Formats: sequence, C-alpha cells, structure tokens
Amino acid sequence: MSKATETAVHPVPAAASPLDAPFPTKRMLVNLGPSHPAMHGTVRAVVELDGEAVHAMKLDIGFLHRGFEKSCENVTWTQVFPYTDRLNYVSSIMNNVGYALAVEKLAGLQVPERAQYLRVITSELHRMCDHLTLISAMGLELGAMTVLIYGMEARDLIWDRLTELCGARLTSNYARVGGVSRDVPPGWNEKVLRILDRTEALRVEIDRLLTRNRIVIDRTRGTGVVSREDAIDYGFTGPCLRASGVSYDVRKASPYLVYDRLDFDVPVGSNGDNFDRYLMRMEEMKQSDRIVRQCFDQMQPGAIAADDSRYVLPPKPEVYGSIEGAMAHFKIIMEGIKVPAGEAYAYVEAANGELGFYAVSDGSGRPYKLGVRAPGWNMLMALPQMMEGKLLADLIPTFDTINMIGGEVEQ
Amino acid sequence: MSQAALQRLKERFPDAVTEAYTGPGGDDVALVKKESIEEVCRFLKSDPETAFDMAPYITAVDYMGSEPRFELVYQMYSTTRNHRLRLRVGVPESDPVVRSVTPLWKGANWYERYCWDLYGIRFEGHPDMRRLYMYEEFVGHPLRKDYSLRGRQPLIPERQVDEPFRGPGPSGS
Repeated sequence: MSKATETAVHPVPAAASPLDAPFPTKRMLVNLGPSHPAMHGTVRAVVELDGEAVHAMKLDIGFLHRGFEKSCENVTWTQVFPYTDRLNYVSSIMNNVGYALAVEKLAGLQVPERAQYLRVITSELHRMCDHLTLISAMGLELGAMTVLIYGMEARDLIWDRLTELCGARLTSNYARVGGVSRDVPPGWNEKVLRILDRTEALRVEIDRLLTRNRIVIDRTRGTGVVSREDAIDYGFTGPCLRASGVSYDVRKASPYLVYDRLDFDVPVGSNGDNFDRYLMRMEEMKQSDRIVRQCFDQMQPGAIAADDSRYVLPPKPEVYGSIEGAMAHFKIIMEGIKVPAGEAYAYVEAANGELGFYAVSDGSGRPYKLGVRAPGWNMLMALPQMMEGKLLADLIPTFDTINMIGGEVEQ
Repeated sequence: MSQAALQRLKERFPDAVTEAYTGPGGDDVALVKKESIEEVCRFLKSDPETAFDMAPYITAVDYMGSEPRFELVYQMYSTTRNHRLRLRVGVPESDPVVRSVTPLWKGANWYERYCWDLYGIRFEGHPDMRRLYMYEEFVGHPLRKDYSLRGRQPLIPERQVDEPFRGPGPSGS
C-alpha cells in the first residue's frame, strides 16, 4: 500500500467561494481491530481512507492462531474431536461431522443409519444457530437491536436442546468415529418440534423487522457486491457463493449421510450483494427446519455407533464383563484407533460453505496431518477487493454477511 | 471423483504426471512433477472438459525422512462439471520453491501464504509472499515435523513507530 499522501485529493477550484469549495481531504490510515466492537473475531484491518471511502485495505490475521493442526498431529484420532469444536464455535457439530467423515473415509467405515440421521438433525439445528447468530449480529450492527434479542432467544432455545443431547452449549463434541456419542434423551424429539415452532415464529418476526426495512435495504442492497466469476475465482462456497448465482451446495452436489433421501431446496441469489447473502440465510433456516422434521419422520430406532471394536469403544457392560472388551477399550484409549495409512479429503456443507478435512494417516494412532479447508478463509481473502472504493460504513454489513469466524480461519 | 479428468490430464501431460490412482473413498489423485504444476493447473482450469474453475484448496504435508520431503496438495473442484481431482506435488527440501497458481485463481493467495508460513515452501510469482498467521520475525516454520513442541521464540525488539496514530506493521509504516 502506498504511504499516506500529504497532498489534497480533491483540488479546490480557485474561482469557487470558500464555502462552496469541496472539503479537501487527506488520506488517512485507520486501524480497525484487532479488537473492535464492529469486528467479529480478532482481525486487524488497516484501511486507507479517502474521506469516507476506502481507498485500500489490508488484512492482518493470526491473532487467534492456536496451532490447531499441530495440536491434532500430537493427539489420537479421537482426541481431535474437542479441537474441531473450536473451529467454528457457533456450529460445532458440523465440524465434528466433517472430521468424522474424513476419518471414516480413510478407514472405510460404515455408519449406522440412526447415527447418520442424528448427525443430520444436529447439523441442521446448528446451521440454524449459525445463521441466527449472523442475522442477529448484522441487525445489531445496523442499529436493529431487537433482532438480536429475538435471534438470541431462538438460538438459545436450540442450544438448550443440544445441551440436553451433548452436555454443552457450544463445545458439543457430539460425533465420534463410527457414529455419535449418545442417543437422544426421552421426549427430546417432541421438545425439538416444539422449539422449531417457536423458532419459526421468531424467524417470521425477524423477517418482518429486517427484510422490508428501509434502513437495512439501503445499507445492504448493492454493497459488498461479488460477481459470479469473482466468487468462483476466490473459491467462495456456501451461502456467499449461492448469493452470487452459483447453485453449488455439497448436500446436493455430492450428497453425504442421508441428504439424498431428504427433500429440501437450495436458495440461489443473483446480485451477490449483502442483501442477497442475508436472504440466503433466511431461506436456508426454513429449509433446515424442513430437513429436521423429515428426519424425525424417517428415523428408526437402532444402533448409534458402528459395531467395530477397532474404531468404536465397546459398550460398558462388555468392558467390565469381558477381557476382550477391556482390551479393546484400553487399546483405543491408550494408543488411539489405528486408521489405515493413506490420505483422504472429506467435505461437508457447513453453515458458511464447504468445510473440508484433508487427513493423512501413517497407520499409527495419530493423524499424520490434518488440513482444514475453512469456508470463511476464501470470503475473508476477498474482503479487500470487495471494499476498495466503497464507503467505510459498508464494511460493517459486508463483514457481517461474509460471516468470517476467527476460530476456523485462524485455526 | 473424475476418471475422465484424470485420463485427460494423463493424455495431455504424459511426462508431468508420474502416477495416477484412485484413493480411499474414490478420490482421484494425480502425482505431478514440481516443474509443471503451473502449466498443469492452467490446462485444468481452461480446458472445457476439466474446467476446474474454483480456486483449489492448497495445503502441504511434511514427510520428514523421505525424499522429496514436502508435498503440496491441491484439491480441485469444477462448478460446471461437478467433479473433483487431487494433485500431489513433491517438493524437495533443498529447493522448496514452486510456481505460484495465484495468477490463475485469486483464491489461492492465502493458501500459498499459509504453506510458506507453516511449512517454508516458497511460491514464485506470488504477489504478496508474506507470512499469514505468524509475525515476520518468527523463527522457523511451525508445521514442519522437526519444529520443537517445547521451547520459546526469541524476543523481538519493539518495532519503530514513526507516527503514533499509524502504528507499526506492514501497512502502517
């Protein structure tokens, strides 16, 4: 970036009276972040301002880097799950599922049907949480605080149900290699259906508050525009790519788990601006609602983890009652599961796009390498280009709708 | 997931593609020579039959003790053809420099900076070859297998701040 210039950008016409003359502005460097109320996560954006317009912008990330990949290389395959929770901490189960699928792809492990349905249900509930968080934060930062209150109510209702299931609001640690960690508690399905109704009511309220709101439309329509070509070139995925008019959704393009048995639509936008990205999220929450209801109808009782003592802990009566069970338990806990040597790339449709895990195994109990393709990475990368020449005020809704999550981008 | 793309690549570059196989779960993989990666990528992006238009996910692996020591992995995806391909490129420790693909896909920019930062693989022709997560004074490349898990980084002298309102850092001074 060029050094701030001292010369006036707008030359003052000599003939004009001093009151009519345009106000001469100097370029000014402003630091947004790393800790700023309007920046989610700790990203430092250095913005060169020309008046109120962004002349140039540079991002400086890494404040939240905690060595995710290095940590994973030094624990067993199963111990990686809690680390994946902290990638996208708003929708942690989708990270759990993505990682589990990568390991299962390497091991060639089949997951029981009920576990697949449970993974889809929890993933879709978390997708709703993620989108609610984004829309609430966007509302708050555009001055509509009520949206935040409604959004948080809906999100916490869902999180309460997930707490009943996994024992934690955020760090769910729910999926396991070969299945999920526990089955649903009694009466859970009915409770979820009840909160889905309440969430829908709140969603309608949010929709009424925002979608036809003049201020929101003025600030989001036509700002942060990404063309279809640029979106593909930058590697956008998820709602941000679909807002630009590309109908790519991993759930449809290469269905995993039981998504091929479910009936849902993928919304596609056309303008690629903040408003379209917001609309994608609103519609996707509706579709997630549909998916969860269908899963409850289709799901049958059954096992929640594969019956394979090489990868899955045996049931407790077997551990305490038989030498084989005790040995299998001991070996999995102490040495870790032995994933066959090789490499595999598994990808799921997380809330912000394609979340990929590139797992390399050398046949020992630990991952040799675990690479994460975080969806937010590509969107954040494109932010400077999206902002150049635009108003500084547009940075806030743009930063909201690309929904960069520090946990996954900075690993 | 695309035998057709793999075949096309093998026919077009019989010398550059040293091996091709289908890995666990049906992933199609091609091992490509380091010298030809830019040419191969340009072909894969522009050829209408392969059309890998989306920016690839690029990462690296450190196979310490084998030759070549490093490996770059490109996960390609085509939005028009909905197929995937993985390229593996061996990078020797003695010459860890590879042609950049950022001129082809803008989205490769930060992935290549990541490989430089954490593995020490340099990319020729990259517009902004700086570290991504670590600070510029950081010693070593943390994801290399011989990077110590214990130990500390040396303290760095305080950066000179020319103007108090602008701050230090790559853009501030």
